Amino acid sequence: MDYAALSANLLLVSFIAYLVGTFFFGGAVKVSKTEKTYKDSMWGKIGIVVTIIGFVSQLGYFITRWIASGHAPVSNMFEFTTAFSMMLVGSFILIFFIYKTPSLGLFALPIAIVIIAYASMFPREITPLIPALKSYWLTVHVITAALGESILAISAVAGLIYLAKNVDLTKKSKERFWLEAVMFTVVLVLGFVVSSTAFSLSGYEADFTYVDKNGKASEMTYNMPPLFGMSEYEQLTTDTMKPWFEMPAIVNAKTLTTFVWSLFTGIILYILIRLIFRRPIAALLQPFAKKANSQLMDEIGYRSVLIGFPVFTLGALIFAMIWAHEAWSRFWGWDPKEVWALITWLFYAAFLHLRLSQGWEGKKSAWLAVAGFVIIMFNLVAVNLIIAGLHSYA
Amino acid sequence: MSKIKCQCGHENPFGTVLCEKCGRPLTDEAKKSEMVDMRYEGSARRSQTYKKSVIDKIWNFFSSVKIGVSIIIAVLTTSAIGTIFPQKFYVPVSGNDPSEYLEYYERLYGTVGKLYYQLGFYDMYNSWWFKILIGMLGTSIIIASLDRVIPLYKSLTKQRTKRHPSFMKRQRIYGESDVSDSDESLKNAEKALKDLHYKVKVEDGAILAEKNRFGRWGPYVNHTGLIIFLLGVLMRGIPGFYVDETMWIREGETREIPGAPGYLLENVDFSVETYSQGEADEVFGEALEKNGAIVSEFKSDVKLYKEKEGSLPGSSDVEFMKEYPIIVNKPLKFDGYSIFQMDYKTGELKTMTFSLMNKKTEQSVGEFTVDLNEPAKEYDLGNGTSIELMEYFADYDGIVDGQPSSKSPIPNNPAFIFNMKTPEHPDGEKSFVAIRQTLEVEPNDYEAKFLSAETRDASGLTIRKDKTLYILLLGGIVFMIGVIQGSYWQHRRIWIQKGSGSEMIIAGHTNKNWYTLKKDLDKVKEVATLPAYTDKQDKEAVIDTTEGETK
Repeated sequence: MDYAALSANLLLVSFIAYLVGTFFFGGAVKVSKTEKTYKDSMWGKIGIVVTIIGFVSQLGYFITRWIASGHAPVSNMFEFTTAFSMMLVGSFILIFFIYKTPSLGLFALPIAIVIIAYASMFPREITPLIPALKSYWLTVHVITAALGESILAISAVAGLIYLAKNVDLTKKSKERFWLEAVMFTVVLVLGFVVSSTAFSLSGYEADFTYVDKNGKASEMTYNMPPLFGMSEYEQLTTDTMKPWFEMPAIVNAKTLTTFVWSLFTGIILYILIRLIFRRPIAALLQPFAKKANSQLMDEIGYRSVLIGFPVFTLGALIFAMIWAHEAWSRFWGWDPKEVWALITWLFYAAFLHLRLSQGWEGKKSAWLAVAGFVIIMFNLVAVNLIIAGLHSYA
Repeated sequence: MSKIKCQCGHENPFGTVLCEKCGRPLTDEAKKSEMVDMRYEGSARRSQTYKKSVIDKIWNFFSSVKIGVSIIIAVLTTSAIGTIFPQKFYVPVSGNDPSEYLEYYERLYGTVGKLYYQLGFYDMYNSWWFKILIGMLGTSIIIASLDRVIPLYKSLTKQRTKRHPSFMKRQRIYGESDVSDSDESLKNAEKALKDLHYKVKVEDGAILAEKNRFGRWGPYVNHTGLIIFLLGVLMRGIPGFYVDETMWIREGETREIPGAPGYLLENVDFSVETYSQGEADEVFGEALEKNGAIVSEFKSDVKLYKEKEGSLPGSSDVEFMKEYPIIVNKPLKFDGYSIFQMDYKTGELKTMTFSLMNKKTEQSVGEFTVDLNEPAKEYDLGNGTSIELMEYFADYDGIVDGQPSSKSPIPNNPAFIFNMKTPEHPDGEKSFVAIRQTLEVEPNDYEAKFLSAETRDASGLTIRKDKTLYILLLGGIVFMIGVIQGSYWQHRRIWIQKGSGSEMIIAGHTNKNWYTLKKDLDKVKEVATLPAYTDKQDKEAVIDTTEGETK
């Protein structure tokens, strides 16, 4: 049996299921007057069933890919990010059965969808493990860390709903600005997905030679029109555009090019949304958040940090240290990824202390939850792609 | 300081907010408030009571959570700054010359890089101020925990079943109303609470149902774990507790292990394997085609020896200990030491063979081989012909100040000054020979012509000994126990008691997860007739129930 192909299909099924699930949770929120009357809504029941089907299918993707490659599929950007989205949905399902709230699904599933789409932009072929990753700790450490992060992410979803409901969008304020900024970031990720997909469908390729920061000659292929050239680049493909700027050796001009294209596409998307609906995105979402019970969202936000924090500590710090000691001979080496895991941990520690003793509940707590998610995403995206370190496998 | 006597007769320590026994508010502030602060049960905390002496002030500074959080934020922010550019230990600059580091940061990152270096951010995690921050964090953890855990423990053990109505009224969950048969209600409630696994105490028409009190100690347990961990880190400074050395060992070499006196290591064979496209084609074909060869394993087959007891250091009187293949993730372990496979170099030059040629006749008069690690002074080719190796540069780096120089002792780019003594030139002809380069002072009759080279692999190993690991692990385990204890178990209490006449009052408190506390209360209410309660913090609850029921 071709497990690799089966695995890809199962992922597609789950992607579609989450889209359908979102639609049904939207219906559930629309027809039920409040969070508590949800139990009567058929929409929500279908929504959670479809979500579970999607989750099982994604679990199938995970297992079949594991069988195909012979190692836990968490070894590169695509695999890790996809696994993260799977656990996000898993955490949502868990929290859903505790609190029975469709609003959470309406916001959590689209985030999972965007994350899967983002993951799919990275090389998807199965890669063999480099020596450092050959250890059962890969499975143990990465899966536990991703699980912890995904539970913590649910807190951000609850926080977002809380904010979408409680921030006054009729008046100009810092809160309104930042909430819209969060929405814009999501659109930016879509911009990345759209531009990457468009250029990859068109089969765009431009080859360059350049000199890297250690003075070594290297080669690079762009899959997007090269706005920025690498240091001392020379163009090998003749029929493609010439870069506008040459970057110094420490800047990865390819990454910068991708970023600028994503930004460009994202801004266009955002302007289109604003032109069509004539309202900020946060205002578009507000009616869907209005039905959520603020107290409950606050509680979910706090509870998911409480559940996720120990899991994160275990996976991202303790297991990480044990493995680092086996593989790299030291349990801690101030590698950027390690430091950002520590920062995430310290941040949530601060969150808990502020909540417990300074009474930071409601809006403040919701903002902190959203900020925590931003830090997790920064560690996933920026630290891997921009800051070079031992964890830059993808 | 004097004790505070409550109306119930209990003597509370000075500074108490809520009576330890009956819960009556004792301070004016508490008396006025609608909801009392239950975080530490209104107990007398040292930091809230004594504020005069210097010790009080230091104590109060570190016991403040606000300060604690500020320290956390400071550590967090500075740690983030340390990741902007690579830290000192990840920079490919050898040696400890500060100017080379400055040059590196400036060359790659410009003025910002220079500033980064000058502010000490390039070695931030070892800077004195970062260490002070961590020290302050540790102090804060200890003091803040002690300030809270002792009074909290006292209050929770002294609490009485029957509380004063003024205490109940000031809880977040509270309800009061007339009930037809309050004794019946109490009895039913007691049973329902027991079914929900609460520990129920009954006293004089009052119920105290309590669950998971041990969850309350979670934070203090996890703080203890953190302190153990930090102590473990501190102990690495003790000599003998911590060894961290690296060594390069070539194939066939036997070397003393740095940091592990008395032990020797022989590198029998070093090998690198890659995923070959043939066998791995089916699964990894696409990836291998895209990325080229991917290394699957590198391995040093080593033999470990120990010097026999009583033998002189450096003597060859050794005892074979064991043979082991070291690979990444599988270090060699012995006597508290671990040797890790970290790095490798393939194709390091081992020997170079030259032929001495007569330039005119183009005839070889003999060959000689230079061992690049232990070169001989003189090579005798017979017939009155010999080569004197006048100077050797293992890693030739060009001419510095008119002299050829070597940048390392590793034969990456060997260069030689030969003195070729032949019957025609008994004093010798001098020649500078480097790879693809021969320099002569005057035109010579003979030349040393490069014939062949032999290479070998070198393995990069790290030697560690860390006696603190078990302390660190213990710290980690204690932390996990504490954090799970505090996060997954919530201390819930429900008070139900008879008021005046047929009135009943109920109140509830939990340190977290109010949702489940309310669910528990609702379950009790299904069995026992009890007053409806309100959650003073849920302003939308009314809308939910009224609107919800109209659907």
